[in-house]
Amino acid sequence: MSFQSALGGERYVFRDLKHLLAAASPRRSGDDLAGISAGSDAERVAARHALADVPLSLFLVEVLVPYEEDEVTRLIVDSHDRDAFLQISHFTVGELRDWLLGYEATTERLATVAPALTPEMVAAVSKLMRNQDLIAVARKCRVITKFRTTLGLPGRVGSRLQPNHPTDDPKGIVASLLDGLLYGTGDAVIGINPATDNVPNAISLLRMLDGIRQTYDIPVQTCVLTHVTNAIEIINRGAPVDLVFQSIAGSELANRGFGVDLSVLREAHHAARELKRGTVGHNVMYFETGQGAALSSNGHHGVDQQTMEARAYAVARAFDPMIINTVVGFIGPEYLYDGKEIIRAGLEDHFCAKLLGLPMGCDVCYTNHAEADQDDMDNLMTLLVTAGCTFIIAVPGADDVMLNYQSLSYHDVLYLRSTLNLKPAPEFEAWLERMDMLEPDGRMRMIEPRDPRISRLVEGATLIA
Amino acid sequence: MADISRKDAWTLLKSATSARIGLGRSGDAMPLDAVLDFQHAHARARDAVHAKVDFDAISAALETPTLHTLHISSATQDRATYLRRPDLGRILHADSEAALKDAVHAADIILVVADGLSAAAVQAHSVPLLKALVPRLTDFVIGPVLLATRGRVALGDHIGEILQPKLIAMLIGERPGLSVAESLGVYLTYAPRLGRQDSERNCISNIHGKGGLGYEDAAGKIAWLTREALRRSLTGIHLKEDASAQLSAAPGNDSALLSSETPEIDEHDERLKQ
Repeated sequence: MSFQSALGGERYVFRDLKHLLAAASPRRSGDDLAGISAGSDAERVAARHALADVPLSLFLVEVLVPYEEDEVTRLIVDSHDRDAFLQISHFTVGELRDWLLGYEATTERLATVAPALTPEMVAAVSKLMRNQDLIAVARKCRVITKFRTTLGLPGRVGSRLQPNHPTDDPKGIVASLLDGLLYGTGDAVIGINPATDNVPNAISLLRMLDGIRQTYDIPVQTCVLTHVTNAIEIINRGAPVDLVFQSIAGSELANRGFGVDLSVLREAHHAARELKRGTVGHNVMYFETGQGAALSSNGHHGVDQQTMEARAYAVARAFDPMIINTVVGFIGPEYLYDGKEIIRAGLEDHFCAKLLGLPMGCDVCYTNHAEADQDDMDNLMTLLVTAGCTFIIAVPGADDVMLNYQSLSYHDVLYLRSTLNLKPAPEFEAWLERMDMLEPDGRMRMIEPRDPRISRLVEGATLIA
Repeated sequence: MADISRKDAWTLLKSATSARIGLGRSGDAMPLDAVLDFQHAHARARDAVHAKVDFDAISAALETPTLHTLHISSATQDRATYLRRPDLGRILHADSEAALKDAVHAADIILVVADGLSAAAVQAHSVPLLKALVPRLTDFVIGPVLLATRGRVALGDHIGEILQPKLIAMLIGERPGLSVAESLGVYLTYAPRLGRQDSERNCISNIHGKGGLGYEDAAGKIAWLTREALRRSLTGIHLKEDASAQLSAAPGNDSALLSSETPEIDEHDERLKQ
C-alpha cells in the first residue's frame, strides 16, 4: 500500500509503510547509510503528515518484516493483546500522539495500553513527537521491576556500576567497584563486561562479585555480561548467576548475528528463574540494545534503524527483564553521527521502551570518532532522568578503560540525584544508611581514603580479590 | 601504623587499574584537575581521528631501490564522509582504481598502510613496523606499498580484486581510546576479494608504545601468520586456533593479542556481540 502527501505545492509518494516510516524519521547517519532516509527536509515533513493519518490498525495488517521469515514478527503479531487494543483501535498515529500527551493518558491508563501497542506503532508515533513530547509521555509511564532491589519507583533513579578492566584483573575490578560504592552507585546492577569472554573466566568473576556482595550484605544484583549460552553453562556448573545478560536486536537475522534466538533466551530465562536468587522479586534478565545493531549485521530488512530498535523491545518484553538499556552512542557515528543525533535517539529509545512497559535505562555514551563530548552527555542524562529513565550506567571518571569509550562518571550520578531530587532504590539506600555513608540530608558523605568506612571495604575486598 | 596500612591498601588498589578511580569531589562534581585531564585525553583522541597522515613522509622513509610506494584513496572525499559512510571507505576512488590497473604487478603479498581511525598511529608506527616486517618476508614477491587515504579494512578486498595477490596485509589506525590514541592494527586477508567476511581475516591489534605490542614482536607474528596463511591457503578463524597453539608454545608470546575479529575498525558493536 502506498501513501501520499501534498505539501507546499509538491506531491510526495511513499511506496509502502516501511518507506514512509524511514522518510518520517528525524535525520540520522544510519538511515543515510542504509539509503532509506528522506531525500530532503521537506519530504521528511511530508512523510510525517502522511504518517499522522495512518490508522493504527494498519500496523497489524502490513507487517514490515515478513511473518513467515522472522520469528520476531511472529512474536509481535502472535502476542498482541487484541482486547487491550480495542481502547485505541480507532486512532490514527497522529491521534495516538495527541492522546498520549493529553491528561486522560494517566500512568494507570498507559499501563493498560502497553500490551495493545506494537513496537512499530510506538516507533511511528515517536516520529511525530518532539523531544519534549518524548520526555513528557515517558515520564508518565511507570515500570517497576524487582530482584534484590526495586527499580522504577517514583522519586528514584538507579545506576549500573560498571567496573571493567582491560585484562579482567580482579584487583583492578575491585578497585573500580569500591570507588563506585563510595558514590552510592550500583543499585540497578553491578555488571562487568569481561575482556575475555569464556565460561571459566566468567565464573571466577561471578564468584568474586558474589563474595563481595555477601561479605558486605549489599542488596544488589550482580552480572558478568557474557553470552547467554555461556550463562546457561555457568548455571549448569552451579556458579552464582543473578541476572542473565544478552544483547538483542529487532529481527531474527540480526539476533542470529548475536548468536541467539528466542528459544535460547527462553531456556536461559527459565534456568535463571529456577535459581530463585532474588529476594524482593524475580525479574532475572538484562538486555542491551542499540540503534544500528540490525543494520550492522545486515538484518534490517530495509527498515529504519529506530523502528528496528523498537522491535528489539518486543523480544525483551517476552522475558520480563529486570533491566534493559540502549547503548545509544556506542555503535558509532555511521549510525548516530553527533551529539544531536545521539540525544534524540536516547530519548526515542527510552520513550518507546517505557511505552511498551519495559524498565529502560541508558548507557549515555559516545566514542571518540563521534562528534560528541561530555557536554552532550550532560544534556542527555539530564533529559533522560527527567523523563524517568530507570537507570544509567556509570564508570570511574566517565572513561571505560576496557571498551574504550566514554560513558557517565560516578560523579554524574550524584549530580543527577541532587539536581533532580532523586534517591537510589530503597533497599540500597537503606544499606548506604546502615554503612554510615549518607549525610543526614541523604547526600553521599565525602569519605577520605583513611576513613575507617573505606578501609573496612578496601581491606575486605583486597582479601577477596 | 594502622593508618599507614589502610593507605597502602588503597594505593595498592589504585595501582591495579588504569581506570580513573579515587578522583575526589568538588561538591558532586569532579575536581577541575580531573576534568581537564579528561578533556586533554579526549582532545588527543579526537586529534588522532581527524588529523591527516603525512603519507609523503612515510613514502620517503620507506622507499628503497627494491621497495616502492603508491598513493591511493578510497571513494570518500573528506573525513566527515569517511566517518559516516564506511561503505565508501571500503572501495577505491576511480582514479586509484585506474592507477592500480596500470601498475600491474604480480605479487605474493601487498602491504597497505591506511589511516583508518587514527592518523597518529599510522604516523608513529607504520614505518618502524614495516622496517621490521619486510626483511622477514624476503622469500616472497612484495608489491609496492600502497598508502591509502581514508581507507577501511575492507578496502583491501577491492585492491585484491584488481591486483590479485595471494595475501594483503593492511596496517591501519585503530579507534582511539582515552588512554591510547595511537594504536595500530594489522589485518591479514588471504585471497582478498570483494565480499570477504571479517571472520576470514586475522588481526594483530594493539601495536603501540604504551604497554602494547612492540614492532619486533608484531612483525614476528605477522610473518608467522603470513607463512601459515600461504601454506594453508586461508586466513580467519580457522587459522587462529593453530596460530594460538603455536604462538603460545613460544615463550613471551601473548596469543590473546591474536584475534580473527576486527575489534576497532569496522565493528563498533563488538560489545553488543558479547
